[in-house]
Amino acid sequence: MKRIIGFFIVLILGWACSSDSDTEGTVVVDPINEVSFERSAMLINWADNIIIPSYEAFSTDLDLLIDSFDAFKENPNEDNLVKFRSSWISAYSSWQHVAMFEIGPAETVGFQLNMNIYPTNTDNIDEFITTGTYDLSLSSNRSSKGFPALDYLLNGLGENDAEILAFYNNGTNNTVFTYTEDVLLDMKSLIGTVLSDWKEGYRDTFVANDGASSTSSVDRMVNDYIFYYEKYLRAGKMGIPLGVFSGSTLPQNVEAYYDGTISADLFLEGLSAVHDFFNGKHFNSETEGESLASYLDALNTVKDGEDLSALINGQFNTARDMVQDLASFREEIENNNPPTAMFLAYDEVQKAVPMLKVDMVSAMSISIDFVDADGD
Amino acid sequence: MKSIIDTYIKAPVEAAPLAVFRILFGLMMLLSIIRFWAYGWIDKFYLQPKFFFSYYGFEWVKPVGQFTYLIFIVCAISAILVVLGYRYKMAIIVFFLSFTYIELMDKTTYLNHYYFISLLSFLMIFLPANVYYSLDAYKNPKKAFQYIPGWTINSIKLLLGIVYFYAGLAKLNSDWLLKAMPLKIWLPSKFDTPLIGSFLGEEWVHYAFSWTGALFDLCIPFLLLNKKTRTFAFVMVVIFHVLTRVLFPIGVFPFVMIISALIFFDANIHSKILRFFSNRLKIDLNSFNTAKVFKQIPTFKIKIKYGVITIFFCLQLLLPFRYVLYPGELFWTEEGYRFSWRVMLMEKSGYAQFKIVNGDTGRWFYVDNSDFLSPIQEKQMAFQPDFILEYAHFLKEHFENDGHKNVQVYVDCQVSLNGRLSTKYIDSTIDLTKEKESFSHKNWITPFKDEIKGI
Repeated sequence: MKRIIGFFIVLILGWACSSDSDTEGTVVVDPINEVSFERSAMLINWADNIIIPSYEAFSTDLDLLIDSFDAFKENPNEDNLVKFRSSWISAYSSWQHVAMFEIGPAETVGFQLNMNIYPTNTDNIDEFITTGTYDLSLSSNRSSKGFPALDYLLNGLGENDAEILAFYNNGTNNTVFTYTEDVLLDMKSLIGTVLSDWKEGYRDTFVANDGASSTSSVDRMVNDYIFYYEKYLRAGKMGIPLGVFSGSTLPQNVEAYYDGTISADLFLEGLSAVHDFFNGKHFNSETEGESLASYLDALNTVKDGEDLSALINGQFNTARDMVQDLASFREEIENNNPPTAMFLAYDEVQKAVPMLKVDMVSAMSISIDFVDADGD
Repeated sequence: MKSIIDTYIKAPVEAAPLAVFRILFGLMMLLSIIRFWAYGWIDKFYLQPKFFFSYYGFEWVKPVGQFTYLIFIVCAISAILVVLGYRYKMAIIVFFLSFTYIELMDKTTYLNHYYFISLLSFLMIFLPANVYYSLDAYKNPKKAFQYIPGWTINSIKLLLGIVYFYAGLAKLNSDWLLKAMPLKIWLPSKFDTPLIGSFLGEEWVHYAFSWTGALFDLCIPFLLLNKKTRTFAFVMVVIFHVLTRVLFPIGVFPFVMIISALIFFDANIHSKILRFFSNRLKIDLNSFNTAKVFKQIPTFKIKIKYGVITIFFCLQLLLPFRYVLYPGELFWTEEGYRFSWRVMLMEKSGYAQFKIVNGDTGRWFYVDNSDFLSPIQEKQMAFQPDFILEYAHFLKEHFENDGHKNVQVYVDCQVSLNGRLSTKYIDSTIDLTKEKESFSHKNWITPFKDEIKGI
């Protein structure tokens, strides 16, 4: 009898301890018909070859942006304005390669929400420029800073460059330089925190958390990745301005609205980043490492199903082709009623969502949350 | 026939196994409620969502705001009373009602094991589980008995047997046996399991687990019934359930099943368990050994009770087969899927994009599901037709209250089942607001493109 009781105690203890432990485990040997894939290799590839280099490149581009602002501040002429604007476009494009990594340090500081909330709140910005009193760290001011605020400050303060320059050079508007500088410094401080946190500690935490649970790095990254694709790339950049969630078009909700010409390019940068991440392509290189695509291929060796990675890659390509044929989103929406070509392109962008959210997640058995389940 | 009735139904048996079952069941339930609460799930599942999915006919059962905690407290207290055997009849009725109410509040959280607990607690209302080793028996010696009729214990064995055997029958299909699905998807993702993790990617392991699982479910009731194989069977039960607990997020169910399987053992083991309790808690076990036999005179009331239990078991035997009344593939349409011991049978997921159309102007927009549903609700909704329909009606009501006129709701839904590529699940030309929930077949489900053979 004692044995039985003892057995139960061991059992209960085992249960109590078993629940969420992440233990190291590796899949070695490689005969046929076996799923042989190391999640940790994928995490290392993500961290060392994609995420950190992307952050570094973005940080560099942001420094260049600040340099061209300094030159413009020193000498506010049209030439410097054009240079400042072109650095802003490079940094904004560079941002599209880091926006999807809303995990760890980026999640902690709310990177996405602090850098790129649009439409930007021009009333607030106007007021801040006039009064010179503002606190950019307040969450209520998130829509008055970041890239969209710079869009307004670079393109929206006048009808043309002459008017914009006039605004900057008007003696009563001295605070506009201070405000622009504060917006830039706020961005610099955010990327500084995110990048140093990644390099000093989080990278190892991220790579070490290679288990399979709703809190493991792979599961969380996949959830964040799909969330980015669905909410920010598909809905934010295309769907919302198109009015697919509201019934009427909202051109002012286009990314980089005041510039008016680069929204489709920014989207395509974002799509490339998502596509490259899927294939584990190293930042700024043609080399590919372990990735979601190679993971799907490894899983397929026993499942013998459809070639999902090829289907997803194909869908990304179709979507890119369709968007490449469009004018800038603002023009598409403002000049066409209804904007049919953009709707059709949106449909192709949309088609990748169920592939990622249903087929890929299901194949990888990614959990969306911790909850009891007995298999649906 | 008469001898069967005499042996399995009328013959007096020791009450100790039922008393042990009552105590352990109550403890497990208490633990389960505490665990649910500790994870913050009451708030997450029953307070935070704006919308709850109801069972057909039970639309009136909803969470009641902060009072929902009260329901859990009532449920926990009644579980404690069941353990103590104090005012047992009232306690088990309250437990059954409160537990079942909780389960009916939102079908998103449907689990076979919650259903099992509702059924078991319903059955226990009719069982004299408090005549031995209980406060009721201690306080009122008139209500204390050492022997009870055999059917009381055998009915629990029967219910357990149905659960296992039907779960086994459900596995006899081509996906499970010939393709080792869905284990082929699930097991490789459990590579981080201690000891066995490195084997879980291998294909032969997927087949071995599938076939052993089916065989286990089909045989275990009989192996537990047979005295010669009982110990072996119990060891198997423990191994099987601990393994499922380690591999899958299946909660307390494995432990409920392990503890329940003890009921198959002879009374002397249960007496030893009670003696163990008694020594620790300084209870005089012998005072319960009255040698009295619990007998019920077949009054009208008692006859009704027997009738209820008979109908209960007939329903249990028939309900899992109700799917044959529906056309189409059961795993795809899920018509007749629930309440049938189909546990861990499929990897299914979906994506549903709802389109709100103004019937007069044709103007339309899509719905952002996360505005209304929690991630879990959205996940469950996206591949179950009854969820999709209920949600569509909710959307119509919501947007009409918002001032939209003549709202029509269409859905673009893609579903993947057991590793098949996702395909269209719902006819996207059907205005779902025109469709009504009922027990009849939903002809707006796009037929399954493949075939799954079997029961």
